[in-house]
Amino acid sequence: METLSNLAMGFGLALTPFTLLLAIIGAFVGTIIGALPGLGPSNGVALLIPISFSMGLDAISALVLLTSVYYGAMYGGRISSILLNIPGDEPAMMTTLDGYPMARQGMAGEALVVSGVASFVGAFLATIGLMIFAPYLAGVAYKFGPAEYFALYMLAFCTLGGMGSNNQAKAALSASIGLALAMVGLDKTTGMPRFTFGDLHLQDGIDFLVAIVGLFAVAEIFFFIETHGKDSAIGVKLGKILVPWKMLKRTSGAMLRGTGIGFIAGVLPGAGASLGSFLAYMSEKSIARDKDTFGKGNPKGVAAPEAGNNSAAGGALVPMLTLGVPGSGTTAVLLALLLTLNITPGPLLFTERPEVIWSLIASLLIANIVLLLMNVPMVKVFVHILSVPAWVLLPGVTMIAFVGIYSLTGSSFDMLMMVGFGVLGYVMRKLDIPTVPVILGILLGNAMEDNLRRAMVLSNGDWTYLFSTPIAIGLWIAAILGFIAPIFLRRLLKKPPMPESDPTMVGD
Amino acid sequence: MIRGDRIFGAVMIVIALGYILSAFGIQTSFMSDPVGPRLFPYMIATVMIVSSLVMILRPDPEAEWPTGPMLAQLGIALVVLIAYAYAISPLGFIIPTAIASGILSWQIGGKPLRAAITGVGLGIGLWVMFRLVLGLSLRGLPVGWGM
Repeated sequence: METLSNLAMGFGLALTPFTLLLAIIGAFVGTIIGALPGLGPSNGVALLIPISFSMGLDAISALVLLTSVYYGAMYGGRISSILLNIPGDEPAMMTTLDGYPMARQGMAGEALVVSGVASFVGAFLATIGLMIFAPYLAGVAYKFGPAEYFALYMLAFCTLGGMGSNNQAKAALSASIGLALAMVGLDKTTGMPRFTFGDLHLQDGIDFLVAIVGLFAVAEIFFFIETHGKDSAIGVKLGKILVPWKMLKRTSGAMLRGTGIGFIAGVLPGAGASLGSFLAYMSEKSIARDKDTFGKGNPKGVAAPEAGNNSAAGGALVPMLTLGVPGSGTTAVLLALLLTLNITPGPLLFTERPEVIWSLIASLLIANIVLLLMNVPMVKVFVHILSVPAWVLLPGVTMIAFVGIYSLTGSSFDMLMMVGFGVLGYVMRKLDIPTVPVILGILLGNAMEDNLRRAMVLSNGDWTYLFSTPIAIGLWIAAILGFIAPIFLRRLLKKPPMPESDPTMVGD
Repeated sequence: MIRGDRIFGAVMIVIALGYILSAFGIQTSFMSDPVGPRLFPYMIATVMIVSSLVMILRPDPEAEWPTGPMLAQLGIALVVLIAYAYAISPLGFIIPTAIASGILSWQIGGKPLRAAITGVGLGIGLWVMFRLVLGLSLRGLPVGWGM
């Protein structure tokens, strides 16, 4: 019952007219961000952190706004998957498989409603899961000492790198770039400057927001120019939106199964929403009696991955909040948000600042209800926004990125650094080197070093201390497995091909 | 054969060696922990060198790199962004934004007239949104012009 009273407190804090308005704005903006191809949840949240920070919002308002954006982007990704056959963001990739064929059969409205409801089921139940499981995990995390934390960070890097990339060496390189950048600035323990080359700008270290916006948003500009920003024309007709109750009833099982799979995938470090939707789709296909209709417009193939990716997004918050270790790119961005707001996630957060946790959970629930209303009856609004041409959108996004960093720091140096990260991000993506480990490295680098050094102080320099407790050993084993296993699993987990776009349907 | 992976790996090895050299020069204070401020950077650089070596020895298939005119386009975009970073402080938000977003719009969409309109529209529209609606402290015009 403690959960319920905590939740009531959370609602008491988060349910004011002002925060409700923020939730609506955030959900709206987030859905747009998710729906637009090329702008995913991590881009969107990253762009908005500096702006909401310089608007001077208090911690809870900023959390409400940006978590609504986060969930909104998860909802929105499906819109362009279904209508354009272009995933709005990576986790929405699986939704194209059946969503686009459905749209081409004239069932675009049905596909949007089913996937919208599935998004709601996944996200809402995952938030309840978060509410129930996070306090338990926080209780376990209490027992963590510096050695366990160091192993946990290793686990995060290994699994994120292992699962999220096609080449282990590249993932490791990317993580080491991030960690190397985190070292820039004053050393906390001794107060000595490191890697600053006498430059005052570098004394405070590299701001992770600069790196995130550069690597995600600025790099996207170069990509867009290179691909000439293929104009996104909606190729399918969208009739009147009716709620297909029968279809919803038929896909309810798929939604619930997708939610369960997605939540587990989300909680596991490194897996994240993309894997959640992938596994949800594949398992739904494997148990279905009508296997051969998957990929040809089966509504269950829309419901399962959408429930899966939204529930993974909620699940990913569990390790992020209780351990301070993000499981995916987007949660890494959310961690950046919390750190910007001076909130350090971890087990202590649950006991020392329960109001933050519970108002966050309350705002997630509010955001989901707002999003359901927005994404089912009002989905047409977003369909219209999808027709904003790339030559307006991309310059706009670029300028928003600059404004965010400029209003946060007011220095040209940081903007130049952001452009530099943009170039780095472009080159890395060209070479198929994942960029998320860089972010994770910058975010976690100092804490990782700090824990290593504290562990060594405790053990007087004895390295075996790092492997001295069962929890630590378990984490190390999981880290090694998480890094190595994907090499073998990669062959098994081949992604099914995307449905081919029909060129005659795509008008100009 | 020279591939992107090999070049990147080689560059990263050079950077890692420079990083080790720089870490070597970090001063330690008289009161330090058993690890000190240098060891963790050494560990990072080691991971960097090992993974770069793997990239050099076993490169992935080459990506398609932009050539000729496209490379020039990307170069223009880069120059625009750098110039924008320098210009926004002295010149205020509206003018540099109009120019920079106009150029980017032209690069993506092609047509000069609509790109110019987009640029001016974004310059003024975003300023109104950020300054007047969201209340960020963002100077609109060059120093001394007011606003």
